[in-house]
Amino acid sequence: MSDYILDIDKVDKTFGGLHALADINLKVEKGTVHAIIGPNGAGKSTLLNVCIGKLAPNSGTVNFDGQILTGMHPYQINKAGVVRVFQTPEIFPDLTILQNVMVPAFAKRDGTFTFNFWKSMSAERKIRQEAEHVLEDVGLAEQMHNHSGSMSRGDKRRLEIAMALVQHPKLLLLDEPTAGMSRHDTNRTIDLLKKIKERGMTKVIIEHDMHVVFSLADRISVLAQGRIIAEGTPDEIRGNPKVQEAYLGGAEL
Amino acid sequence: MSMATPKQDMVTMALFTAAVLSAPLWLSPIGANYPDLLQKFAIYGIFAIGFNILFGLTGYLSFGHAAFLGVGSYTAVWSFKLLSMNVIPAVIFGTLLAGLFALAIGYLSLRRSGIYFSILTLAFAQMCYNLAYSVLTPITNGETGLQLDIGDPHVLDSLFGIEYTGLPSTSLFGLQMTGYSGFYFCAVILILAFFLSLRIFRSAFGMKLRAIKSNQTRMMYTGFNTRPYLLTAFVISGMYAGLAGSLLAVTDPLAGAERMQWTASGEVVLMTILGGAGTLIGPLLGVGLIKYFENIFSALNEQTLHEVFAFLPDWIENLTVAIVNPFVGEGWHLMLGVLFMVIVIFLPGGVMEGIRRIADLPRKFRRKAEKRRQEAEHAAALRAAEEEG
Amino acid sequence: MDAIFLQILNGLDKGGAYALIALGLTLVFGTLGVVNFAHGALFMLGAFCAVSLNLLLNLEKVVVDPSQTTPWGTPLEIRTPYLQEWFGDFGTWMIDYSVPLSLLLVIPFMLMVGVAMERGLIKHFYKRTHADQILVTFGLAIVVQEIIKANFGANPIPQAAPDIVAGSMDIGAALGMDPNTIVYPYWRMVYLFFAAVVIGGVFAFLHMTTFGMVVRAGMHDRETVGLMGIDIDRRFTIVFGLAAVVAGMAGAMYTPTLPPDYHMGMDFLVLSFVVVVVGGMGSLGGAVAAGFLLGILQSFASMTEIKSFLPGIDQIIIYLVAVVILLVRPRGLLGQKGVMED
Repeated sequence: MSDYILDIDKVDKTFGGLHALADINLKVEKGTVHAIIGPNGAGKSTLLNVCIGKLAPNSGTVNFDGQILTGMHPYQINKAGVVRVFQTPEIFPDLTILQNVMVPAFAKRDGTFTFNFWKSMSAERKIRQEAEHVLEDVGLAEQMHNHSGSMSRGDKRRLEIAMALVQHPKLLLLDEPTAGMSRHDTNRTIDLLKKIKERGMTKVIIEHDMHVVFSLADRISVLAQGRIIAEGTPDEIRGNPKVQEAYLGGAEL
Repeated sequence: MSMATPKQDMVTMALFTAAVLSAPLWLSPIGANYPDLLQKFAIYGIFAIGFNILFGLTGYLSFGHAAFLGVGSYTAVWSFKLLSMNVIPAVIFGTLLAGLFALAIGYLSLRRSGIYFSILTLAFAQMCYNLAYSVLTPITNGETGLQLDIGDPHVLDSLFGIEYTGLPSTSLFGLQMTGYSGFYFCAVILILAFFLSLRIFRSAFGMKLRAIKSNQTRMMYTGFNTRPYLLTAFVISGMYAGLAGSLLAVTDPLAGAERMQWTASGEVVLMTILGGAGTLIGPLLGVGLIKYFENIFSALNEQTLHEVFAFLPDWIENLTVAIVNPFVGEGWHLMLGVLFMVIVIFLPGGVMEGIRRIADLPRKFRRKAEKRRQEAEHAAALRAAEEEG
Repeated sequence: MDAIFLQILNGLDKGGAYALIALGLTLVFGTLGVVNFAHGALFMLGAFCAVSLNLLLNLEKVVVDPSQTTPWGTPLEIRTPYLQEWFGDFGTWMIDYSVPLSLLLVIPFMLMVGVAMERGLIKHFYKRTHADQILVTFGLAIVVQEIIKANFGANPIPQAAPDIVAGSMDIGAALGMDPNTIVYPYWRMVYLFFAAVVIGGVFAFLHMTTFGMVVRAGMHDRETVGLMGIDIDRRFTIVFGLAAVVAGMAGAMYTPTLPPDYHMGMDFLVLSFVVVVVGGMGSLGGAVAAGFLLGILQSFASMTEIKSFLPGIDQIIIYLVAVVILLVRPRGLLGQKGVMED
């Protein structure tokens, strides 16, 4: 029995003539932070989309915690414990910030469908407390009664992290969690992610910001043109000449 | 969109109940207190409340809800004919059968969203309408409409030894459903229907529906299977429509296919958005406004208009009548169309949004005044600084 | 065999009308992204242009001849159309040909209506939801319908085809089959021909002119075309005007087959939406093909042989096809994969 919670096995995905993912094999150990880096268009987001069931791979399987995710509905994958934070914030813009977090909390409690139409929201104290708690974690507690549609982009991303955390996922997929954030917000987010790391949640993170990657990741995979060209600990990756050529060339480390 | 407390909701319910039950009193100054119109308010109110649970909460625009209204009416009349003139079985069967129809139509239509959903519901409703007019004539009595006959069996009534001479009228355990008693029966059901809708709006279920409207894809990645939610909302709103349809038959035991036409579906859409889709009270306001003005305007004609405007100087009177005349009497629908456009263009949130905007005005003024004061202070400070420097 | 042939013929001219309406509807949807519930009203407006012209041409000069009386004792009135009075035979000819002549009125009038509608209303709804577009154009359709009703009354107003094509042709006899089995009115043939010409014209316009190429490119990928710095707005207006003209002409020419009344627009609207959906949203070829297909299907469904074992099928066939297509193949018969599919 391996300790790998996520096992991506020979996943292939093409769009028309474009080979977006070619024979991807990736194993993520339980409780670790695994970063996937690579230049734009390397197939990183496609890989996450395959994991959450948004895209079906041409071949290969995604195994998670003893289940095969390939072919499952997105909501079933969520139920299995895989939650994704999107690159462009996907929130419920017509609801308040608090409600945005309560919805996924209900999903966790109620399953895929529950017809609980009689109990008033104000009587759902436990869910509300959970949501408030998570909002405090991400630093949005003071404005939780505001409309979420008019938040800044950085705030929306933090809200999304809160929406993911409230579900206590076994595996959290983060798609560039700090893109478009100010330095200050980025550091806050890193602190937040570190805090969750201590709780033992497995995370796969896609990131351009090397500062973020090297301060969080236990292992790093480098993706270029749909292939994994290197994998290892941060130090190994830093020293790998192939990686430097393909990607890290001009980056400050 | 802050959440109302249970206490506030109880106040709302109490006020609503009082308002509905005392409607004959407070509507008398505007001449809307006769039972016929009051019944219409209540029945179409139920229809719109139900429609709002689907459209207002989930954003799915059905153009076929009139079909469920029609099913409710036909079922109720059949219940009167075959079972009993008592309204209770009629209402129950009407609602249930409409719910079954909604389940079937909704199950298929909800495989698509957006405009495809609208067209699917429209197609199903048109099928019901066309069939009701043609091959289903044995059930619907075609163009004449289904009505009571002298020879109807009334099985349950005969069982209890009730015999009718002549055409019977609908009753609630002996209480005839004509005039005010008919209205109060509808009113009590309206209050119950409103209460149920309030609970749905305030529940986790309601919030999930709203979240679907806001971002359906996200709901799926959040772990919800959205289709059962939508189907439940669809069936509930279909049952509301069936309930309204059977109440139409309670107050007047006659059911015609024109009740199912798609323009009738359009009317409930209009009433809902006019008042404010997605708000609790809005649809009822829409119903009140439309049914009231329909009543007033469609009764007017050129002659009555001249009487109304007789206080004006002759030439202004003639001019006014000439302008207003196309919109009254037969022209009421023209007015409706114009109203429809005006609302969608200028006030997509309906009357409720208008009220909210007006209510916000003082605050806006205050904020503006505050801002102006700050600017003035700032400018003064700058000037002072400049003079010093 | 001849029965089937007859049904195909019967379906064709109705299919022609469906195709013409659906063509404009899908053009507007494909380029402007607008769901226009008032498109049926444009069809009806065209029909009432023909009615108006006919009324206008038939204005009569009334001369009272006091020397003669009618059997009822009132003075005899001699009524002669002014046209006949002024132009003699040519005037009579004009009255006879009022339906085809009405196209001369329909084209500028509908262009005006279309442009005004796009500039005044539709333009403001490009960025609104489909639901809002449906609602506002539905309102407009009611308004147009009620104006027509107020001015022309609620009853259908029959229009005559020119005398020369007023009769019917015995196609059966001409093809060597039994006479009187396949009888087809000449006017329907004229309509079919007319529909073919208009459809051909629209396609030629879209395929052979630069303007048309831009429009078609826009139907594939609106954003890119917008980014190319092409003035999309003006083109949208013209496309909408074009759709209005096509719908109007279709309506005017259809009047001898179907006497126009105020709700014909709504009737045809629902049907032509179905046609558009069946053909594939935004697909011009699909709209035309589906129009004819559904017209023919509908006339088959009304055959007694078919009705006897599927009662009521003639009433619902079109909707049934639409439902099946939407559920099984939502992009329609000829729609592109991934376009407007959800």
